[in-house]
Amino acid sequence: MSIQSSVEVQTEWGIVSARQAGRNLAKEIGFGGVDQARITTAISELARNIYLYAEKGEIVIEAVEETRGTQKKKGIKITAKDRGPGIKNIREVMEDGYTTSGGLGAGLPGVRRLMDDFDVDSVMEEGTTITAIKWLR
Amino acid sequence: MHSSVVQAINDHQEQLVSKWKEEMARVQEEYFENSLPDDLVFTNNEEFIDVLYSSVRLERSEAEGKIKHFAERLIQTDWPLSYFTQGMQVFRRIVTAYIVPYINNAERDSVRLIVEVEEWVDAIVNQLVDDYSDSWIKTLELQQMALNELSAPLIPVFEKVSVMPLIGAIDTERAKLIMENLLDGIIQHRSQVVLIDITGVPVVDTMVANHIIQASKAVRLVGAECILVGIRPEIAQTIVNLGIDLSTFPTKSSLRKGIESALELTQRKMVQIENGAEWRA
Ligand SMILES: Nc1ncnc2c1ncn2[C@@H]1O[C@H](COP(=O)(O)OP(=O)(O)O)[C@@H](O)[C@H]1O
Ligand SMILES: [Mg+2]
Repeated sequence: MSIQSSVEVQTEWGIVSARQAGRNLAKEIGFGGVDQARITTAISELARNIYLYAEKGEIVIEAVEETRGTQKKKGIKITAKDRGPGIKNIREVMEDGYTTSGGLGAGLPGVRRLMDDFDVDSVMEEGTTITAIKWLR
Repeated sequence: MHSSVVQAINDHQEQLVSKWKEEMARVQEEYFENSLPDDLVFTNNEEFIDVLYSSVRLERSEAEGKIKHFAERLIQTDWPLSYFTQGMQVFRRIVTAYIVPYINNAERDSVRLIVEVEEWVDAIVNQLVDDYSDSWIKTLELQQMALNELSAPLIPVFEKVSVMPLIGAIDTERAKLIMENLLDGIIQHRSQVVLIDITGVPVVDTMVANHIIQASKAVRLVGAECILVGIRPEIAQTIVNLGIDLSTFPTKSSLRKGIESALELTQRKMVQIENGAEWRA
């Protein structure tokens, strides 16, 4: 599978389009209702963080496959990229309740729990790339 | 483009640019009646001329990318389309005027003819651009107004009990309206209990949850009670995954159960009247 879509996030409309793109692909891959909700919510959190903290960036959504032995598994991968200020202390932002904007501070730790694989790569003053994968069971 | 024209544009860059800026100042004053913010006009003019010159110098695809990027930025700030059309026309007039002294008399006559035709065409183009964009803006404003009216209605269903059904995505603008309409409506209808129904909200992320929590706190401050209803099972699961604690928050699975408990809170209940076997609460 090589379905991939990229959505620019610069306004709140971008957040809505990214969510929509994610829901469509999740449905196509075969995720059920609860997982579709988890995936769209995770996209929503990452896209809103881009909008709030980096002003602009993009969300790439793609179908992924992994073969382990004879087992093949399918999944959806979300990549959130921005060239914003970066995250100083990754461990700190992964704690529940940590926020610099008066939010709930539950976004990033929430995304980690909503998805299966989760990775943050951030360089101060250069930007942040966050990837998250949900596997189909 | 003809190489001599490119050369003329490049050779006279300094004069052309300063003349263009002068003319654009007049456009801002006479055409836009100084309605555009001066500081933005300044930065946009700088970028406009830079984009114009790169379109002369760069490969076509590269130049197109730059123009697109510039246009996107201006669209985001609701910058008028006529700024582009006017800006291009001004540049064309200036370049043409600069070329005239370098050509022979016979050519000059035809240039004058073309200039006249162009002035006539430009005036019509400008009018059409204005008419069309005015109509788009008006349609958008009306739609925005209609949307705002629909976006967070507070409906008084019983004495002291109101319902706010939310349908569709919640953005910052709408979150603000939800708060305002809740507080205004509670005062206006003397509500003691308000039910917020999120059955139609597709995604409840931490931002939406936060706004609902804040709204219900504010509701409590004006002496009323908030009950959240219509949390679909998949939304309940994502809320738990996000780690949002709604345990202190009054919730009911359906609008019907919410209304029952709202009536209870206001010391009332629905009863089935005798012989009214058809009727169900
Ligand atoms: N893309 C990003 N670029 C820079 N900082 C970020 C980014 N995403 C998140 N952060 C930082 O991490 C903090 C925690 O984010 P999150 O868990 O989503 O909670 P919240 O958005 O409610 O603050 C934010 O307050 C912000 O300081
Ligand atoms: Mg966040």
